[in-house]
Amino acid sequence: MKVLVPVKRVVDYNVKVRVKSDGTGVELANVKMSMNPFDEIAVEEALRLKEAGKATEVVVVSIGPAQASETIRTALAMGADRGILVKAEGNVEPLAVAKILKAVVEAEQPGLVILGKQAIDDDSNQTGQMLAALLGWSQATFASKLEVEGSDFKVTREVDGGLQTIKLKGPAIVTTDLRLNEPRYASLPNIMKAKKKPIDDKSVADYGVDVTPRLEVLKTAEPAGRKAGVKVKDVAELVNKLKTEAGVL
Amino acid sequence: MTTLLIAEHDHETLKDSTNKALTAASQLGGDVHVLVAGGGQGTKAAAEAAAKLAGVSKVLVAEGPAYEHDLAEPLAALIVALAPGYDAFVAPATSRFKNVMPRVAALLDVMQVSEIIKVVAPDTYERPIYAGNAIQTVKSKDAKKVITVRTSTFAAAGEGGSAAIENAASAADPGLSTFVGEEVAKSDRPELTSAKIIVSGGRAMQSRENFAKYIEPLADKLGAGVGASRAAVDAGYAPNDWQVGQTGKVVAPELYVAVGISGAIQHLAGMKDSKVIVAINKDEDAPIFQVADYGLVADLYQAVPELTEALVR
Ligand SMILES: Cc1cc2nc3c(=O)[nH]c(=O)nc-3n(C[C@H](O)[C@H](O)[C@H](O)COP(=O)(O)OP(=O)(O)OC[C@H]3O[C@@H](n4cnc5c(N)ncnc54)[C@H](O)[C@@H]3O)c2cc1C
Ligand SMILES: Cc1cc2nc3c(=O)[nH]c(=O)nc-3n(C[C@H](O)[C@H](O)[C@H](O)COP(=O)(O)OP(=O)(O)OC[C@H]3O[C@@H](n4cnc5c(N)ncnc54)[C@H](O)[C@@H]3O)c2cc1C
Repeated sequence: MKVLVPVKRVVDYNVKVRVKSDGTGVELANVKMSMNPFDEIAVEEALRLKEAGKATEVVVVSIGPAQASETIRTALAMGADRGILVKAEGNVEPLAVAKILKAVVEAEQPGLVILGKQAIDDDSNQTGQMLAALLGWSQATFASKLEVEGSDFKVTREVDGGLQTIKLKGPAIVTTDLRLNEPRYASLPNIMKAKKKPIDDKSVADYGVDVTPRLEVLKTAEPAGRKAGVKVKDVAELVNKLKTEAGVL
Repeated sequence: MTTLLIAEHDHETLKDSTNKALTAASQLGGDVHVLVAGGGQGTKAAAEAAAKLAGVSKVLVAEGPAYEHDLAEPLAALIVALAPGYDAFVAPATSRFKNVMPRVAALLDVMQVSEIIKVVAPDTYERPIYAGNAIQTVKSKDAKKVITVRTSTFAAAGEGGSAAIENAASAADPGLSTFVGEEVAKSDRPELTSAKIIVSGGRAMQSRENFAKYIEPLADKLGAGVGASRAAVDAGYAPNDWQVGQTGKVVAPELYVAVGISGAIQHLAGMKDSKVIVAINKDEDAPIFQVADYGLVADLYQAVPELTEALVR
């Protein structure tokens, strides 16, 4: 079974983004970019399936600017076998990403696609579910445990009330939650090896997908700020303030 | 314009998140119909509750085993089957609808707008991006709208309606997934997303036992829900459904008490809209103090029992 893992290049999670003063977006010049943390978890899970003899090949794909190849290299250094870069400039919405991924899936014929549950930049939490819909495949979002059962899958999901376990008919779409695994760091020899692994260069045009955005971003603004309050000296003062000043007790 | 609001319920009672999403749905301006899809007897009761909500003009009920366990494929198929009669589809951004609605959107060839916090116009909404560090105003150019609602920012709609209840036309279950089991914590405490007060513990709690010994008694004294940071959940001190933050639950209670939580942006993303924030942390430079209305620099193992005690009197 081949496993396909879409990986997205996003602003590193340690960066506190700033809104551009003209309201056209957030400041992305010279900020550190990394692989979306949920996608690292997806790559790790695919690699574990391969190491357990359940997967034969791990292919990573990224849709984005030329620099997204760095994100693919990161996945290759972790141990993925090969990459596909679908070059796209500007705004590619989850629906368009899902349409491109559908075309990639049709060409690659994986038995499983593992995505992150959300990208930490747009926080949309859509792409995997949309891909499953377009392919007519089963889906399990927010996975905290994944087991292969022949060509089917058993997945435990993190839901609002606790945990839910479902069985998926393969081929299937799984999206990762934080506690699925802890991604490995790439070792230096593996980083060197990754440089020789193949990355297929594609463009959106190769897949004939219309990526015209459906959402028009009218403006991007700072959220309403919150000012630091006061420090209280002890528990008694805290209780007093909560009762008399804040009125919440 | 007619909007279909998909109701959140636990197959017995309607959830408060439905009332909040209804407020957003009503702001779109058209008629609002509510779909209650579930398994078993309780579905009827949830539908009756929905029919009483102010601003609802019709309730559709779909009852069947395919809807009993919140599987994405059959519920998405049902909503898509109903789609010709509607211009907009709205659901609260709970885990069930985060799972289902993008599937609906893709089947309708619509770009979903996730977790809106404000309706600016029927086709224009505000939504947070980058863990709430920026607020985007987006206008949807799709003919039909698919929207999930961040419920913490909308007031709950009240009662006062008396809508007709009808059976929804059925849709075939694609049969792609099956339910195996669940571990749902039964608790008498209020749910995080509707609690008026929340007490959360972080990595500083050090163990599951300390959560039970320090955080839970304080929460119970306040009638509060219990939350946790990701670090506390990852370490196994607290169950996953307690996680507050960018990738956990987003809450906005009247009072949020953060105990031994440093205040990482991913955590703040889930609680910074709380009305009053209290932080207890032994590090006076902890970032949590930058958003706290009342900060107490103290060792939690002393301060929390003292606070719990102080609330008795
Ligand atoms: C250079 C550039 C600039 C952009 N600027 C903006 C902007 O200013 N405003 C705006 O609204 N949008 C912008 N976008 C589009 C935005 O990134 C898309 O909405 C995004 O591709 C999908 O949304 P998401 O990541 O939140 O999806 P989610 O559904 O949250 O992503 C879930 C998962 O889908 C997979 N995935 C998502 N995207 C990709 C991808 N591109 N390649 C491979 N796998 C992927 C990953 O596994 C990810 O974990 C930009 C995109 C690019 C490439
Ligand atoms: C993709 C991604 C998603 C994430 N999503 C979330 C999320 O949804 N929610 C979330 O919370 N985090 C999330 N995080 C993690 C986040 O970055 C932080 O790592 C996490 O919030 C830290 O938890 P903490 O504050 O409990 O721990 P720490 O940062 O370790 O803070 C512990 C605090 O306790 C204080 N302390 C220690 N001992 C005592 C004592 N005896 N008395 C009083 N104070 C004490 C310390 O001074 C410190 O400030 C995410 C991270 C990533 C990368």
